[in-house]
Amino acid sequence: MSSLLFATPAELTAWLAGLASGQRVLVPCQEGPSVVYRPRTAEQLSAAGVNALLRRSTSSPKQAVLPQCETLVAFKSVKDEQDPSKVTTTVENPCKAEPTVLFGCRPCDARGFVVLDRPYLHGPFKDPYYGARREATTIVTQACPSVFATCFCHWVGSHPADGEGSDILFTAVEGGFVLDILTEKGKALVEGAAFADGSDKAEAVAAAHKATAEALAPAPNLSEAAAKIAARFTDTAFWTRETVKCLSCGACTYLCPTCQCFTITDEGSQLNGRRLRSWDSCMTPLFTLETSGHNPRPDKSQRMRNRVSHKFSFYPERYDGFFSCVGCGRCVISCPVSLDIRHMVTAAMEGMEGKKPAEAPAAPAEKTAETPKAPADAPAAPKTPAKSKSKKR
Amino acid sequence: MSVLAGKELRIVGFLCNWCSYGGADTAGTARAVQPTDLRIIRVPCSGRVNPLFVLKALMNGADGVLVSGCHPRDCHYSSGNFYARRRLELLKQFLPVIGIDPERFEYTWVSASEGQRWKDVVTNFTARIHALGPAPRWEDVPARYDMPVELLESLRPLGCGEHPALPELKQAIKDALAQGLEGVLGWKKGFDAIHAEPVFMTTPEEVDSLIWGPFNVQNLAVFLPQYKGRKIGVVVKGCDSKGVVELLSEGLISRDEVQIFGMGCNGTVNLSRILAKLPEGAAIESCACRGNKITVTAGGQTIEMTMAEVAQDKCRLCTKPNAVISDAFAGTPTTEPEAPQDGRLPGLRFLDSLSLEERMGFWKGQMERCIACHACRGACPMCVCRDHCVSDSRDPEWVTQEDTVQQKLFFQLIHAQHLAGRCTGCTECERACPMDIPVFALKQQFGRTIQKIFSYGAGLDVNATPPLLTYQVEETTIKERDLA
Ligand code: SF4
Ligand code: SF4
Ligand code: SF4
Ligand code: SF4
Ligand code: SF4
Repeated sequence: MSSLLFATPAELTAWLAGLASGQRVLVPCQEGPSVVYRPRTAEQLSAAGVNALLRRSTSSPKQAVLPQCETLVAFKSVKDEQDPSKVTTTVENPCKAEPTVLFGCRPCDARGFVVLDRPYLHGPFKDPYYGARREATTIVTQACPSVFATCFCHWVGSHPADGEGSDILFTAVEGGFVLDILTEKGKALVEGAAFADGSDKAEAVAAAHKATAEALAPAPNLSEAAAKIAARFTDTAFWTRETVKCLSCGACTYLCPTCQCFTITDEGSQLNGRRLRSWDSCMTPLFTLETSGHNPRPDKSQRMRNRVSHKFSFYPERYDGFFSCVGCGRCVISCPVSLDIRHMVTAAMEGMEGKKPAEAPAAPAEKTAETPKAPADAPAAPKTPAKSKSKKR
Repeated sequence: MSVLAGKELRIVGFLCNWCSYGGADTAGTARAVQPTDLRIIRVPCSGRVNPLFVLKALMNGADGVLVSGCHPRDCHYSSGNFYARRRLELLKQFLPVIGIDPERFEYTWVSASEGQRWKDVVTNFTARIHALGPAPRWEDVPARYDMPVELLESLRPLGCGEHPALPELKQAIKDALAQGLEGVLGWKKGFDAIHAEPVFMTTPEEVDSLIWGPFNVQNLAVFLPQYKGRKIGVVVKGCDSKGVVELLSEGLISRDEVQIFGMGCNGTVNLSRILAKLPEGAAIESCACRGNKITVTAGGQTIEMTMAEVAQDKCRLCTKPNAVISDAFAGTPTTEPEAPQDGRLPGLRFLDSLSLEERMGFWKGQMERCIACHACRGACPMCVCRDHCVSDSRDPEWVTQEDTVQQKLFFQLIHAQHLAGRCTGCTECERACPMDIPVFALKQQFGRTIQKIFSYGAGLDVNATPPLLTYQVEETTIKERDLA
């Protein structure tokens, strides 16, 4: 489904303000020198100029569905006053999935959720916490009005106006915004909104998309990246050389919209405790440290190899050739030593043998039947295989 | 901890086993009437009191914390309380920067026979805390997000033009490589013209890629300990060299394993300040540096800026632009300006102007957006524990994985506390923060207090003893407050 609506800036903010009564509306907000996603009230939204809500966020909006830390289960035991040997324990599952509108993320960010969905929802085990929040979240994405120097969504099978993972995709045109309603969830969100029909603006939208896409430098061909990076795995000298400058700080993984690893810890006392799930990072030594004290990945070169391989080799091997990097470039902009994953990938591929075409993973269209079905309202299954050439409009 | 609602406050006492705990016992045996708010934790010695104990109590809702040990010269372990005095005094003067009233913390001395003195100490301290009332809670203070940028006038003219001695520096490095040095850490152009990245140069070609200028922001001293046992070199700016000195003085690297290459520094940039002047996200097409002007072409626009607008704060106040230690120094040293007398410090000046509660609100607002990545730790040359940071430990468990402001700020307190007397002020922690959180201010608060009390700055002398690793029997610059 796809239908176009037109909103003036004032109508757009008024609509958002209306949504904020009854659900959580997360928008990009300037905080200090950074831009972060924050819930905003109806008053705040109607007072905000639309431009303030269109900034690209410093950290990724992943938090909306996969928070930095969440309580998986909490328990409380109360001793009987007469007989302290009797204890009543109550267990609480505090999973809260507030209805949420995530407004203003970019196509790469929205696509990040599709990357997270595969391990969290489409594998043998469904993650109920992630799933509940994912289902309760409607994603309203802004087609990029301009590209950042560090953007490379077009390397990984996407483009700056990609609707994959979004429920609504809006594009700035002369005088306002054209909203492309992509899913049922998106349709529900604009129900009753006083937006004009936007079908006459289709050309302006296409022109805007084209202009942004043309600002991207040509992309290298990554169709054999998975095999080539896998072949590089044992080249210790390569990984050591390329990671000399890495600080093992982990900023890249915590900023990434697709980094999906977590750790589980227990907090509290015998009578009152909680089990927490929080982000973890393969760039830190603790990630692989075993109880015995042995660490199978003691060196930053092995950790970087894991990060690059996971995004460009393990994940695509497992999930029909899709990369788990969406090319947002956050890890490049914010790395304190300017380590560039684009360089890592191209350098790792250089001079390596790819797989013979016959062995290349089958096209996803033939495979989707095997993968478990997405929940009814989950966004449409991804269509663009990462290994196909980037789709330019 | 049970608290009689409205009557008692939460006061935590750390008492040394040999004197003050005995003193409290004496008071008890004598049936001295004393307030009951104090919850006592017995420690072997006041020297055992890690300032983080106090910070943790205060961050988690204690209304007051009292440390009491043996009188100076009376320590059961002869000098534990001498060290404690320095640490605790420093801690007391640190507290206001995070918005905690320093009056909520005190340290004192009570001997085992001084029952009456103990009674007076407890009574007076409890009365003081009651006068202050319950401590403000992090949950209740309003968060604030303002952080005015103050572009301080620099102590000397900063520049960004090509350094005339760069060929000389390259030659010196090539010679050293030829003589068997395994490699030299330096900078080369990064993914665009305004980003530099560290490089480990091992061949003459790689040495040719070496750059020197306003974009060489990274402090390469951070990499040195991982090369221990190998003979390597490092190129340093003045501020970086202080990190090298500190690593040497702590024995984390050996002088005969590292060759230091220096050159006079004319300042480096704060990249966020440059990026803020360019069209958002625009690709850098070119960048030219001449005199004190940086001209960047990005997104089709050409924008000119001066070092006065974009230099890092530390460079504005830098008094050591030449390596304080080096084996090879290329070119003539840059003139070193005198340290300013007015104690001007950006960041802290703003914090100083806020009330205590506003400062809590400030940190609450800042730490909210911390993603707990710990890049601040990774970039710090003096965070030498590397893979064994206490904040990663479950036992002791200083911080949990919870993403609350208190937990995230507590990590910063650990960093600042562990850097007290060791931080060289390179500000890499703050530069590395992807969320632009002004975490350096916490270290700066320790730094200026150490300067004030001990007239000491870290990283200047390999043979100096850091102030917290020594003591004087009579501390002339510490004015103790008697509670009895
Ligand atoms: S942000 Fe950069 S320095 Fe930090 S771990 Fe990632 S690649 Fe390494
Ligand atoms: S790896 Fe880097 S560029 Fe790719 S999605 Fe993650 S943060 Fe973005
Ligand atoms: S602090 Fe001094 S030595 Fe360091 S970069 Fe700035 S001007 Fe150069
Ligand atoms: S704490 Fe910050 S300023 Fe101090 S040495 Fe470490 S990185 Fe440099
Ligand atoms: S670098 Fe910044 S965001 Fe990361 S832990 Fe440190 S203060 Fe938090």
